[in-house]
Amino acid sequence: MSDRTAPLGPVDRGEKSPLPAYERVEIPWDTDVRDWIALLKPRVMSLVVFTGAIGLLVAPGRLNPVLGFTAVLCIAVAAGACGAINMWYDRDIDAVMRRTRNRPIPAGRIEPRAALSYGVTLAVGSVIVMFLAVNVASAAVLALSIGFYVFVYTVWLKRRTPQNIVIGGAAGAFPAVVGWAAVTGSVDLVPLVLFSIVFFWTPPHFWSLALYANDDYRRAGVPMLPVVAGAKETRRQIMIYTLLLVPLSLVPWFIGFSGAVYGIAALVLDAGFLACAVRVLCDRQDRTGISLTHDAPARAAFRFSIAYLFLLFAALAVDRLAG
Amino acid sequence: MRRRRRGRNIALLLVLIALAALFYAISIVKLQHHAPF
Repeated sequence: MSDRTAPLGPVDRGEKSPLPAYERVEIPWDTDVRDWIALLKPRVMSLVVFTGAIGLLVAPGRLNPVLGFTAVLCIAVAAGACGAINMWYDRDIDAVMRRTRNRPIPAGRIEPRAALSYGVTLAVGSVIVMFLAVNVASAAVLALSIGFYVFVYTVWLKRRTPQNIVIGGAAGAFPAVVGWAAVTGSVDLVPLVLFSIVFFWTPPHFWSLALYANDDYRRAGVPMLPVVAGAKETRRQIMIYTLLLVPLSLVPWFIGFSGAVYGIAALVLDAGFLACAVRVLCDRQDRTGISLTHDAPARAAFRFSIAYLFLLFAALAVDRLAG
Repeated sequence: MRRRRRGRNIALLLVLIALAALFYAISIVKLQHHAPF
């Protein structure tokens, strides 16, 4: 935990950070409830809760509604805990990035140690409750996902490699597996397919954001792909991962787990995602790859990617529940 | 300041009440299924 090295950052190269002011801000005794909620990254949590709930809904078998609700709650709390721990660890780079500098810790509204305690308590609590209320398999996968997000993504990969969100994407892919394991008590092919869909969806999703938030990441020294390899290469990688995602999204249909409703929805959504990726690839740009359209296609691709995952998983649930 | 503190205390109280209700409901379900854990 003590190793906070980043390859590019002003903070981590031992230089004096231009914005270390949050270290000197007087921490107010009272913090707003909204700050504690913001620490949980509610927007990220909503997607995680959704995929977890879908994993639970499409799994064969039945789970008492109270236990199902508890499982989804544990997934939500665990995701929030990861967010809080991530904000504690990344408080130095959050202070430098325009997009994140008003977060509760860099803004001085919550003390870093309080945020860490909050995150660890919620993480441990969510795993214990999952174990006691649901089953050992779902608790184990939940604990694995928390450990992966905190140690593998946040601590190890995020500041070291442009492949950070490729491998780190696994952390966001776990909830569907947790939901499935909550019902069945095991993990088999279908949850692994759902895992793979989210895993391959993550790079085009985050790199679309990184294309237009490039300056922020560069200033903070986070080696996102556009910072390290440039915008041109990032656009190419977005296309490659979208092409890999398309056949994967159709696997539930091919293996007979879902029917035509899901198959058609997946085909339509894949066509939309591919169109977005092509537009990103063909964006008007200068010789260095800098967009001449203020990254309008990347912004559209980012928005579409969120709708894509929601609609794809919703179609799977509708197909399974109706069929 | 006082309003913030009050808001935080009320939120904490609601969370605790919700948790107590949830644990009660889980206990009832588990006992019905004769599988404590």
